[in-house]
Amino acid sequence: MAREEINRNLAQMLKGGVIMDVTTPEQAKIAERAGACAVMALERIPADIRAAGGVSRMSDPKMIKGIQQAVTIPVMAKCRIGHIAEAQILQAIDIDYIDESEVLSPADDVYHIDKTKFDVPFVCGARDLGEAFRRIAEGASMIRTKGEPGTGDVVQAVKHMRLMMSQIRKITSMSEDELYEEAKNLRVPYDLVKYVHENGKLPVVNFAAGGVATPADAALMMQLGAEGVFVGSGIFKSDDPEKRARAIVKAVTHYNDPKILAEISEDLGEAMVGINEQEISLLMAERGK
Amino acid sequence: MKIGVLCLQGAFLEHEKMLVSLGAEVKEIRTLAHLTDDLDGIVLPGGESTAQGKLLREEGLLLPLKEKIENGLPAFGTCAGMILLAGKLLDDDTVHLGVLNAVVKRNAYGRQLASFKIDADFKGVGKVPMTFIRAPYFESVGKGVEVLSKVDGNIVAVRQNNILATSFHPELTNDLSVHKYFLDMVKARG
Repeated sequence: MAREEINRNLAQMLKGGVIMDVTTPEQAKIAERAGACAVMALERIPADIRAAGGVSRMSDPKMIKGIQQAVTIPVMAKCRIGHIAEAQILQAIDIDYIDESEVLSPADDVYHIDKTKFDVPFVCGARDLGEAFRRIAEGASMIRTKGEPGTGDVVQAVKHMRLMMSQIRKITSMSEDELYEEAKNLRVPYDLVKYVHENGKLPVVNFAAGGVATPADAALMMQLGAEGVFVGSGIFKSDDPEKRARAIVKAVTHYNDPKILAEISEDLGEAMVGINEQEISLLMAERGK
Repeated sequence: MKIGVLCLQGAFLEHEKMLVSLGAEVKEIRTLAHLTDDLDGIVLPGGESTAQGKLLREEGLLLPLKEKIENGLPAFGTCAGMILLAGKLLDDDTVHLGVLNAVVKRNAYGRQLASFKIDADFKGVGKVPMTFIRAPYFESVGKGVEVLSKVDGNIVAVRQNNILATSFHPELTNDLSVHKYFLDMVKARG
């Protein structure tokens, strides 16, 4: 229980911040310099995983260690959904957060990792409140929207965040005797439904992820209720990564100030090209429900 | 009593909640225009000090805030906030506000697996619950700095006149005593 609380606490420290995907120590340093509150170390960013196809796995621990040595901010890394051994390996190299991620190929098509068995914290993706609750029940200390990674298209992240928020509002306004039925419908523990009913929010921090490419995208997600933002391909697939990274960091702080958003959106060069949801054959958000 | 809370990044809402429940009025500080003369104190929250330090500079807040604290504005920094206040960081040339006569070691305990929670004595308050998240501690303190708490021999809370700094996060617990201690400092300045 103490571990669970401390792990949720680290996510609280990341709030109002941007977590950036990086593939090399140099990129990690750029991200840190630009004001990232954490980095996600991985061998290939989602856009390249899409392009390469095939099975995508946990990154080489040596590569992750190189990034841990390059920066002082927290370092996260991804393991495959349900891949207990990959998670154990990441814990063994003293990672700060594990992302049990649909961006990688799932290792288990039924079960997620029992995250309560680990000391290290986990963040998991969710498309709706039911998924978020199930991941929290399994021990996730942080939730993010799934969005559609590697597309530069924010539509899925918006859809997932809006749905979660509206489901939270619905539970908040229910009468207490309706909560049991809601827990049954969502296939989740009653206690979590009750927590949301009483507090109007998830018991863990909730970030946006999957398709954020511009400062405006980041501000949009914050206005919809995200407590911070993951940016994967959006930064290092763009023309001027450092400038874009700085702008997105600022956009998360000033998400409610259109004047500042206008200033920082100027002259950023080309954003990542992006692909529409209709153009992609692989929907990563469908992995692990 | 109007307390500014630096809202550039991190766990600022947690501080705001505690301050409000103690009867203070809270003002969020994001830009230079927010840093008005009617503030009775300022809180620097936990989060990532590199991110916060960079935004402090970009917003042009660094020097005006430093000047205000040097002129006596009561300031309370937790974790990253303590790093921002520090006069020197161990093995690092970066100095942010540099108003606290002490050397701070960042990530002093290690990575997240080394984060912990403990009850320990806080001078003038008694036992308080302390949450350490990838926390720093004071390597050494200089003249005029009073040590308020030590955990395992390491200095984790200090006061220097109008400045209060803790390497732990009272804002992550339900215990209001450290915030009350800070508001008493603000009141005493009157």
